[in-house]
Amino acid sequence: MSTGILRVWQRNLDVYRQNWKISFMPPLLEPLLYLAAFGIGLSGLIGEVAYGDGKISYLAFIAPALLAINIMNNAFFENTYASFVRMYYQKTFDAMMATPLSVEEIITGEIVWGATKSVIATAIMMVILTFFNLIHYPTGLLLIPLAFCGGFAFGSMGMYFTGIVSHIELFNLPFFLFITPMFLFSGTFFPLEGMPPWAQVLATALPLTHLVDLTRGLCYGNFAKSFPLALGYLLLFSLVFYPLALTKMRRRLIK
Amino acid sequence: MTESIIEALQIRKTYGQLVAVDDVSFAIAKGGCFGILGPNGAGKTTTIRMIYGFSPLTAGVLRVFGLDVSHHARAIKARIGVCQQDNTLDPDLTIIQNLTVFARYFNIQKPLAIRKAEELLRFMSLDNRSHSRALELSGGMVRRIVLARALINQPELLILDEPTTGLDPQSRHQVWERLDNLRRQGMSILLTTHYMEEASRLCDRIIIMDQGRILVHGKPSDLIREHIGKDVLEISSPAADLRTYIRLQKMVFEDLGDRLLVYGNHDDHLYRYISNRFCPEGCVMRTATLEDVFLKLTGRGLRE
Repeated sequence: MSTGILRVWQRNLDVYRQNWKISFMPPLLEPLLYLAAFGIGLSGLIGEVAYGDGKISYLAFIAPALLAINIMNNAFFENTYASFVRMYYQKTFDAMMATPLSVEEIITGEIVWGATKSVIATAIMMVILTFFNLIHYPTGLLLIPLAFCGGFAFGSMGMYFTGIVSHIELFNLPFFLFITPMFLFSGTFFPLEGMPPWAQVLATALPLTHLVDLTRGLCYGNFAKSFPLALGYLLLFSLVFYPLALTKMRRRLIK
Repeated sequence: MTESIIEALQIRKTYGQLVAVDDVSFAIAKGGCFGILGPNGAGKTTTIRMIYGFSPLTAGVLRVFGLDVSHHARAIKARIGVCQQDNTLDPDLTIIQNLTVFARYFNIQKPLAIRKAEELLRFMSLDNRSHSRALELSGGMVRRIVLARALINQPELLILDEPTTGLDPQSRHQVWERLDNLRRQGMSILLTTHYMEEASRLCDRIIIMDQGRILVHGKPSDLIREHIGKDVLEISSPAADLRTYIRLQKMVFEDLGDRLLVYGNHDDHLYRYISNRFCPEGCVMRTATLEDVFLKLTGRGLRE
């Protein structure tokens, strides 16, 4: 089982390495753009934000959220659009299935690759954020394994959609139904504490809320009491969507 | 009896109401080339997809190398090479990478994979295109690369699903030449096709399938002799008295309306007699082919 997953992962890495100069750019530039727009543009209007018992700058508030969003986006995009192109248009999975690889290894390899994309993007972004002194070390180093866990959860969810959509345009649906609301309402750009109670409850159902909670804690160097719950929720998310993704993809590929 | 490389016992595949393969049994001996022929929707592709584990059996037993496909898919797939009908070359990779990355799926070490890939591209006369990408190549080249890729693990059995569909005559002959070569080296080949010329040229034994069932199996030459005879007399716009004559002579024929096909072992005498008496023009005698067998058995209706 394990070498098969590695082989699929290596195939994606080989392709990535050919285009690494382009693949490197978005995670490098995106945080800079966000930091410029929100951190510099908006923080003049907002000033400081209440966090825990004290106050922090708006820049420090959104920087970890940008990391979390990046983790979500990289894995989700990779295991929806990119995996779908490989499966449907390039027939890459069909070719793999004629070798000793099993469907389970192919799909797991794809999800692990999606999580790897999250890790790569996180590492690049951390360099920028460290330069602005927005990450506390050594706790900040835990962002790397966290990126993998978060990437695996969102990638599994993406792969589940890849298993059920009939054509590529349908991915717009999960993107505007899940990804965009999470991007905006997971305590990313404003604290959840200011929201009405029902909205706060709703936000706790969103996996990104918990990922943001974790990235904040690691960036600031304090392990909040909510950590086990947040990690548990991400794990639960993986435990639900990973087997679902395998089932749907097996049904899709084996006829 | 030589050792069987594939044994199918009452294999069956249904998709809801549709029966794609209907209790089919056959055995394929080691070495040589075995062809599955049939019109579209006959169940050819489904049958071979069951062999390489793409389609689980609804019922029956299918053994490859003596191993049950339902339990030993991985072990079987390690020993076979598959050329699927679709182009499954990886457009994200160069041609040589397509082969080496594929080799890695079989856990072949890199130095060996590179050596093997270069050797196979030479065999396919494509060693000058190693660093091209699949999208830059013609259909014939793509097919040869897919074939090269299927050989990377030195398979004991090569499975080809319509290996020359959509190729121009030059490319088709290129592929045939390679397959001939491999067969002479002792590789077992299983192919599906709806080109009779391809089956006659390459296959030692064939089965003809239609609507999920096997109609006949045997050597192409035997099947022609058995079902058609040696020659076919093809008469266009036959006159009424000719029809009567043929019926009276109890000859085996097929009436297509504007054309009459008379099957049998026609000596020159009979041919001369018919052409002189009934059709001064439009009368042709030719050698019977597998296509005659195929059309006689599967009918002339369109399959769409």
